[in-house]
Amino acid sequence: MPKPLVKPGAEIDGYTIGECVHTGGMATLWTVTHPGIDVPLLMKIPRVSEGEDPAAIVSFEMEMMILPRLAGPHVPSCFGTGDFAHQAYVVIERIVGTTLYKRLPDLPLPYEEARQLVARIATALADLHRQNVIHHDIKPSSIMFRDSGEAVLIDYGLSHHNHLPDLLQEEFRLPYGTAPYMAPERLLGVRDDPRSDLFSLGVLLYFFTTGERPFGEGETLRAMRRRLWRDPHPPRKLRSDFPPWLQEVVLRCLEIEPVWRYPTASQLAFDLAHPDQVKLTARSERLKRDPWSVAWRRRFNQGVMAPRAKSDVAVQIASSPILAVALDTVEGAPELNEALRVTTERILATLPSARLACVNVLKLNRIAIDKTLDEQGSNKHVDRLVALRHWATPLKLDESRLSVHVLEAIDPAAALLEFAEVNQVDHVIIGARQSSFRRSLLGSVSAKVASEAVCTVTVVRPPRLAADAADAGEAAG
Amino acid sequence: MLLAVFSDIHGNRQAFEACLKVARARGAERFVLLGDFVGYGADPEWVVDTVMGLVREGAIAVRGNHDEAVNTTTETMNAEAQIAIEWTRGRLDVAQRRFLAELPMVVQEKERLYVHSEASSPSHWNYVRSTTDAARSLISTPSHVTFCGHIHRPALYSMSVTAKMTSFVPKTDVSVQLLRGRQWLAVLGSVGQPRDGDPSAAFVLFDTVSCEITYCRAPYDVETAAGRIRENGLPPWLADRLSQGR
Repeated sequence: MPKPLVKPGAEIDGYTIGECVHTGGMATLWTVTHPGIDVPLLMKIPRVSEGEDPAAIVSFEMEMMILPRLAGPHVPSCFGTGDFAHQAYVVIERIVGTTLYKRLPDLPLPYEEARQLVARIATALADLHRQNVIHHDIKPSSIMFRDSGEAVLIDYGLSHHNHLPDLLQEEFRLPYGTAPYMAPERLLGVRDDPRSDLFSLGVLLYFFTTGERPFGEGETLRAMRRRLWRDPHPPRKLRSDFPPWLQEVVLRCLEIEPVWRYPTASQLAFDLAHPDQVKLTARSERLKRDPWSVAWRRRFNQGVMAPRAKSDVAVQIASSPILAVALDTVEGAPELNEALRVTTERILATLPSARLACVNVLKLNRIAIDKTLDEQGSNKHVDRLVALRHWATPLKLDESRLSVHVLEAIDPAAALLEFAEVNQVDHVIIGARQSSFRRSLLGSVSAKVASEAVCTVTVVRPPRLAADAADAGEAAG
Repeated sequence: MLLAVFSDIHGNRQAFEACLKVARARGAERFVLLGDFVGYGADPEWVVDTVMGLVREGAIAVRGNHDEAVNTTTETMNAEAQIAIEWTRGRLDVAQRRFLAELPMVVQEKERLYVHSEASSPSHWNYVRSTTDAARSLISTPSHVTFCGHIHRPALYSMSVTAKMTSFVPKTDVSVQLLRGRQWLAVLGSVGQPRDGDPSAAFVLFDTVSCEITYCRAPYDVETAAGRIRENGLPPWLADRLSQGR
């Protein structure tokens, strides 16, 4: 292999090398400039000389394959790669600021701050998973934040891309990664389950809210393997004021079996964005770990667990969407609300991990000051929440899959669009407004949502009656 | 340069025509043909003539076991394949048979090796079924990329400098950069008789500059190809399997 050509002032493929800003175990980072590119750049160069860990090369190859395919605000933009035949490098945008690692002295963080922080990371993770990539090294030093607030995930050397060969698949006899954050299934060689990242994020959330790592810092395989059968101490044992909803979220992320965790990062982000809607189970109250009898049963039944089906990031995401149904429980015609329920039921029937958000917009007046109470003095907001729950009852959804939301807004379509975007909704179900007079006066909410939403939108109409069809035919004629 | 690589056409005119059309539309500048032009399908004359024409224009072609079996009787095959080969032998003229007989077993072009089956001993027509087979193939050559067919199921293997193997079932139309730090074995699906459950014709595009490989599929008129097999009295299973892709 040729000698590295990197030193300040040198030029590689049009990039002028500046200073070395970081020297890590696997790679060095240099500032670089390029005449055609006006954003701050970093060149990452693997350490490949004699005696270095061969893992550095394979990890770097993975980054070279994955980084150019990623897009969006939650990843560093990639500007170029150079291969091992000449000088291996990747050039990425330099994100200003520091990684989350710098926050470690501040732990534990206030619950609210941790909630917001981890919600942003979960949103970033959801975006990454949608691009068919599992990060596999989620930890504080892999996470940065843009000035605009978005979390950015860096370091893809251990990642898995569902559409690319996994170069790490047979490279290491032992699982490779950051021990305290590694999901239990990784110890069994599983690399294709996106829920492994949710486990790591759960470790981070636990650590950031309690100041303790749930599985310690043990680096030995023996210490790491304990997490295959031993659950962590519930956070409430460490901090008596730990909110039950937060413990619910943390312990769900840290479930040993991936199937008991959140099905997607979007659904985790959703719960973090709506703590009041988190369905509390026995997890939220727990003060002790599972009894030894349970842990030992897990430990000695390892071999008899059912073989795991091969996982697929895209399939996992597609089977666990967030649906939002927009309902007008006050003025909506009963037959339209019924049609919405039938459509929603059909969609949910095929998607056992989907969750449903029932949304209603409480329209505010543009000029007059709105009163929270109606003429009879009851709280409009609460009434509507009750009505939404009532509408959803026949769907018989488990509480953890259902949430209800009343948005207060002047422009219902804009409010629904914002809700869908912020909550990473995958599919909006909305009724078409019935009365053509009202529609011509107010504009169609469903038309605006359907045309401007970034996700799939289904516009529902009640079954057409024969008489209506005849009228429509005449009108058309 | 964008190469289009085809393997295991097996006398299927409709499938080959569809692949050529798609490959040209996607900008292929040069063709590589990995053998088994005949056998199973009912249009061996047209396929061989087309391949001869492409070779005259600069395409690379290597020999497959069915191409060899047309001119020899030593190759052992299953009963249906044997019937098809004997039928094919009667259809081809002297020039077509000579063309097949004179095809090279392997062609090395810069850092690329083209061969019909596993490359360590091409005349044994071994399948690449596993990383062990792929490792044997890759160790036998210094080439950066080896292209082969024979097994009718797409796969992509790589070997690192420390001889660690990876295996991968490529996704259709997702390009993969074949990194220079390791060696790669691209196993192609079949044009004329796919066996991976997808009846559409399989081929590969390879960009020699960026080293990006893309596994492609071309849907084709399976009914007509199957009908031609039945019309010519070839074993009916050879027709039936086309619509099932197995």
